[in-house]
Amino acid sequence: MSTLADRRPAWGLSATWGEALAARGGLVLLCAALIVFLALPLATILMRSVEDRGGTFVGLANFAAYFASPAFARSGVNTLTFAGLTTIFTVPLAFVFAFAIQRSCIPWKGLWRNIALIPILAPSMLAALSFIYLFGNQGWLKVVLGWFGVATVYGLPGMVLAMTFASFPHAVMILLAGLALSDARLYEAADSMATPEWRKFLTITLPGARYGIISAAMVVFTMAISEFGVPKVIGGNYSVLAIDIYKQVIGQQNFQTGAVVGLILLIPALAAFAIDHVVRAKQKALLTARSVPYAPRPALVRDRMLLLFVILMSMAMLLVIGMAVCGSFVKIWPYNLSFTLNHYTYGFEEAGVDHAYRNSLILAGWCALLGAVITFSGAYWSEKTRGAQALRPVVHLLAMMPMAVPGLVLGIGYILFFNNPSNPLGMLYGTMTILVLSTIVHFYSTSHLTAVTALKQLDNEFESVSASLKVPFYKTFWRVTVPVCLPTVLDIGRYYFVNAMTTISVVVFLYAPKTMVASISIVKLEESGMVNAASAMATLIVATSAVVTIGTLAAEAWLLRSSQAWRGTGK
Amino acid sequence: MASASESGPAPDALRLEGIHKVFGNFVALQSIDLAIHPGELVCFLGPSGCGKTTLLRIIAGLETQTRGRVIQNGRDVSSAPPAARDYGIVFQSYALFPNLTIRANVAYGLVNRRKAKAEIDARVRELLTLVGLPDAGPKYPSQMSGGQQQRVALARALATSPSLLLLDEPLSALDAKERERLRGEIRQLQRRLRVTTVMVTHDQEEALSMSDRVIVMNQGTIEQVGTPLEAYERPATPFVADFLGKVNVLKAVCLGEGRYRVGSVELVTEANGIAPGETVRLYLRPEDRVLADSGPVEQMPNALAGIVRRLDFLGTYFLASFDVDGFDGQRLLVYFSLNQALELGVHEGARVGFALRGERVRVFAGAE
Repeated sequence: MSTLADRRPAWGLSATWGEALAARGGLVLLCAALIVFLALPLATILMRSVEDRGGTFVGLANFAAYFASPAFARSGVNTLTFAGLTTIFTVPLAFVFAFAIQRSCIPWKGLWRNIALIPILAPSMLAALSFIYLFGNQGWLKVVLGWFGVATVYGLPGMVLAMTFASFPHAVMILLAGLALSDARLYEAADSMATPEWRKFLTITLPGARYGIISAAMVVFTMAISEFGVPKVIGGNYSVLAIDIYKQVIGQQNFQTGAVVGLILLIPALAAFAIDHVVRAKQKALLTARSVPYAPRPALVRDRMLLLFVILMSMAMLLVIGMAVCGSFVKIWPYNLSFTLNHYTYGFEEAGVDHAYRNSLILAGWCALLGAVITFSGAYWSEKTRGAQALRPVVHLLAMMPMAVPGLVLGIGYILFFNNPSNPLGMLYGTMTILVLSTIVHFYSTSHLTAVTALKQLDNEFESVSASLKVPFYKTFWRVTVPVCLPTVLDIGRYYFVNAMTTISVVVFLYAPKTMVASISIVKLEESGMVNAASAMATLIVATSAVVTIGTLAAEAWLLRSSQAWRGTGK
Repeated sequence: MASASESGPAPDALRLEGIHKVFGNFVALQSIDLAIHPGELVCFLGPSGCGKTTLLRIIAGLETQTRGRVIQNGRDVSSAPPAARDYGIVFQSYALFPNLTIRANVAYGLVNRRKAKAEIDARVRELLTLVGLPDAGPKYPSQMSGGQQQRVALARALATSPSLLLLDEPLSALDAKERERLRGEIRQLQRRLRVTTVMVTHDQEEALSMSDRVIVMNQGTIEQVGTPLEAYERPATPFVADFLGKVNVLKAVCLGEGRYRVGSVELVTEANGIAPGETVRLYLRPEDRVLADSGPVEQMPNALAGIVRRLDFLGTYFLASFDVDGFDGQRLLVYFSLNQALELGVHEGARVGFALRGERVRVFAGAE
């Protein structure tokens, strides 16, 4: 039945095969990179945890030894207490804050929202420093501690306070989203049956927001459990697992115990991630396309009380940030309050960290640039190309993995995997490159999800149409996908930049003296008693993050305005 | 076969041979064979999940068939990627590039062929005029209505003069008025350009009014291929009879020579070789009723009488549900126009006589 026409190669076949190869090749490349820079380091932790120092397999002996040690009993309980208390403080505060913004008629909602998000711009150590200024041995509010029967801010009280501040914006963001989704029809139905306000709150609002509440609790708990900076600065003698790991790996070069503690940290993080994942899946089913968004109506008493709460919270947050900033500009807190820039100059120089800020800028810049490009193209490859179907679930799993892995654990994985003479990639160890790569991997999941969400909003048939018009997919990617998603790409870059500026948990295991970054130098400065210089460094980070964030937002706004013509109004 | 192109008939514009598609355990398409002639418009019609969209996507190369061959203009494109095939496609969602002007959208496939700018501009103008939007060039898709966007998508698909046009539920996203208008325009355009067209739709009215032939599909198989009138008047299977328009299904017993007993009433239709005593189902459309003004109904073959139990007003006509004398409770739906209902005194509770068109009755074996 074959004809001559059948045997002739189809028109343009070779060109399109090259195209198909490019589409698959990108996916393979992404998959390989995620395996080398994520899966293998994590696997190394597993391996090292069941080996002795000589590399011989010892089964669970390392675990047995660590579980039997008094250090574990103490740090384990301490870590859970710290994370539990932080969650109990943060989530209700964040809920009321988010409720005030989404479900009341208080004025200046945008302002309150932005104030609540400020801590994201700061390293978590900044809050710890501020609470030392406020409640420390020379703190001007130290007397307040006495009212609550607390002897010193160092230890659990300071840690919980600082961590509540640091995790507050993350909880607020989740709850803002959780409370944004509500069907006005439910409230109208309740009104038609003359339901009192408190009953509507208990039967409609809370159940509707419960997934958001659980999700926020999980995120705050995980952040606290693997937090390094806060306990390091304000923890005093209160030992937690995160500090133990650091001491074992960096202090004693005991990689086996470090690996064991890393795995122990991973368990609650994985559990929280799993719960959050289940909960989020349920959240999706809550609203249908037919739902009508809820718009709050004024209620004088409720609105006034919520406004008071929001003002108090905002003032507290500004106080915490402001305290550290002020501290960086005074000579000797609290004895000599005259203005000085010395901490920014001689302070850094004296401690030998004057290159740290520049390093941070280099790190954050590369993370923003490379991270945005890799994440967006990676998301495009996994969402919009065809072929290599077997690889897609693997890529998806790998892309989501960093979200479940605390930075400290990833850091240990890197040190175990790359600081190994037999690894050809070992040359990366101690370079800026590895700091960039580890930071991109650490923040990959959220960026990937952001990119995927943006891509999913594009018509799925763009690629099909281009193929039918014989336009290769990369041309459509460049002419259509990138321009449409440019605001999202910028946002991903900003996210990487700010996180690279503030993060400490991964890089603390991987830096060399010449690649020390600003966040690590805060810890170093505080360790050597230079609290004011530490505040100066934290202030520099906040200021830089703020400038970059405002700059990006302005650029996004300009982009949206200049593309108003085709984005239309309703889309 | 090489000589066929010289002496024999022109090859089919598109030939599907034994197309089979399996998703996991789900069989989406079962050995589909189909030939589409040059210049005709065929509709894949069927309920959602019948495999019609999958079949279209296989023709486009957007899905890969598990087995079978796709032959376009005599060329086997079974394993060719989409870009190596020759077709234009229009989707339900329009899929216009939002950041490009209408002109750039229509020119999208032309630019890639390295044509001169003046040539491209002329072609774009020609196409936009063809779809009735000569001045839309500088606009963006978001500034146009759904119907206008779909016209642009059509222009874009036709820009490269493909030999085959694929339409995937092109009218489903539009409102009723716009849908009806565009239906006529697409058909006119297709006739003028004589471009072979395959359209997927679940809307039977759309399929019947637009296509040269309909391909009625169900559960991954083709139930019937035929002109719209054939499929409607002489449905090949109970599914087709049921899917296209309204139909009465009456349980009956064959008496031989085209005579059937429903309850205690005897109906006469064309003989079709079914053995006496066999249980069958008679399929009969509500409009297959002899008009009363062609003579006294009582003396006609298949004359019936019954009481109107329910009367639904459907706009242009009434649908009466009859309790027919001797039918043993099997209800019969019959259409009456507004005037007929008035003249014959059709109202709920009324007793009305009428006769059925025996030659229109379709007989299918089996009781279920």
